[in-house]
Amino acid sequence: MAKQRIISTTINGNAVEFLATPRQTLLEVLRNSLDLIGTKEGCSNGNCGACTVLLGGRPVDSCLVLAVEVEGACLETIEGVASSDGLHVIQDAFLGQAALQCGICTPGFIMSSKALLDENASPSEEEIRFHLAGNLCRCTGYDKIVRAVQQAAEGETN
Amino acid sequence: MRDFEYEAPTSLEDAVALLSENPVASRPLAGGTDLIDHIRTRRLEPDLVVDVKKIPELNVLEITDSGLRLGAAVPCYRIYGDSQIATSYAAVADSCRIIGGTQIQSRASVGGNLCNSGPAADSIPSLIALAARVVIAGPGGRREVAAEDFCTGPSRNVLESGELVVEIVFPARPQVGGSHYRRFIPRNEMDIAVVGVGVDVELDASAGTFVSARIALAAVAATPLFVEAAGAALVGQDVSDEAIAAAAAAAREAATPIDDMRGTIEFRKHLCGILTERVIREAVARARGEETGYRIGQ
Repeated sequence: MAKQRIISTTINGNAVEFLATPRQTLLEVLRNSLDLIGTKEGCSNGNCGACTVLLGGRPVDSCLVLAVEVEGACLETIEGVASSDGLHVIQDAFLGQAALQCGICTPGFIMSSKALLDENASPSEEEIRFHLAGNLCRCTGYDKIVRAVQQAAEGETN
Repeated sequence: MRDFEYEAPTSLEDAVALLSENPVASRPLAGGTDLIDHIRTRRLEPDLVVDVKKIPELNVLEITDSGLRLGAAVPCYRIYGDSQIATSYAAVADSCRIIGGTQIQSRASVGGNLCNSGPAADSIPSLIALAARVVIAGPGGRREVAAEDFCTGPSRNVLESGELVVEIVFPARPQVGGSHYRRFIPRNEMDIAVVGVGVDVELDASAGTFVSARIALAAVAATPLFVEAAGAALVGQDVSDEAIAAAAAAAREAATPIDDMRGTIEFRKHLCGILTERVIREAVARARGEETGYRIGQ
């Protein structure tokens, strides 16, 4: 067995060290070692986006990242999105627009939406749909998710 | 996932040494979007994964007087995010915008797409059309191959034991030139090409005559296909429906697709002609600086 290594990262603004073997994905470590179970496992092959986290500000499928690759990196997960003051405007918009049913895809959609709005504060509907193409939802039919992102972009709260 | 060792060398020499120690059982890792999935599904069973993202040469992305240098590990988003590359080497940016979704583009590299050597790889026709050369390093030193000579079959290429792709180099752009890549898929995004077409054209100073043209196809043969005859049908001709139709006919003729769940032979050959015409027109429009309204998903 390959030896475990100590990996030092920043997760949601906090310095975090963890042990990982090369064969462990970032998704496995987040959920199984760090108890950050808000990040969901869907397909495990980079198609569904349920496990999306931000790595250096960029959205990535954490099932397709080795945990040992994130040495020195800054990560953001769904657990870091809300603040002590309450929900993030994107989370608020998802609730307001009923943009979720079963909820498995939701953390991934929120992380992808956050990455989009961090880069482009007022995306068109087409840009939203294209940016979110790597996130699959089998409940909502997407329209409500798109409306939630539009609402969040307009900065409205419920 | 099966057990393996991981190394992340910071120099090309160290990477070549690591890969050469046990070339059969080691694999370079760039974005991992193919490799990690292949290890998980046991399609590949490496004992050592060599992360090449910390090697400076593989992260180069620059336009110089002699052309574009694209490091093999540069992720897609950096390529289309560079406005100069997106304009001058537009076909490569077109490819990078449609490989997977946003998450995949954060990690996946053109070098990885090339080394995965899929017949439907979206970046390879663009590399061929733009006359790119692939710079390879290995235990025997450095060598270069033309992009059209890199793939030798599905998931097969010219890399030998211990070798890796360092960068992809493109010649400088002509005064009046334009390039484009487009694919047909039944969805708007996140799918594998039924047919893909990459085109680069150079026009004369009046932008009325083809000076040179290179056309390459994806998903219609065992490897991405350089169709020299299609480009040759344009050279010396005025930009016209007839000349473009002749190039499209040559592309259709060169295609030797298979029947599969994505499309029949007949449909793929038909698409070759249609897409080649459209992609040439877009490349010409770009060479002329015309607005065409092309949007991804069309």
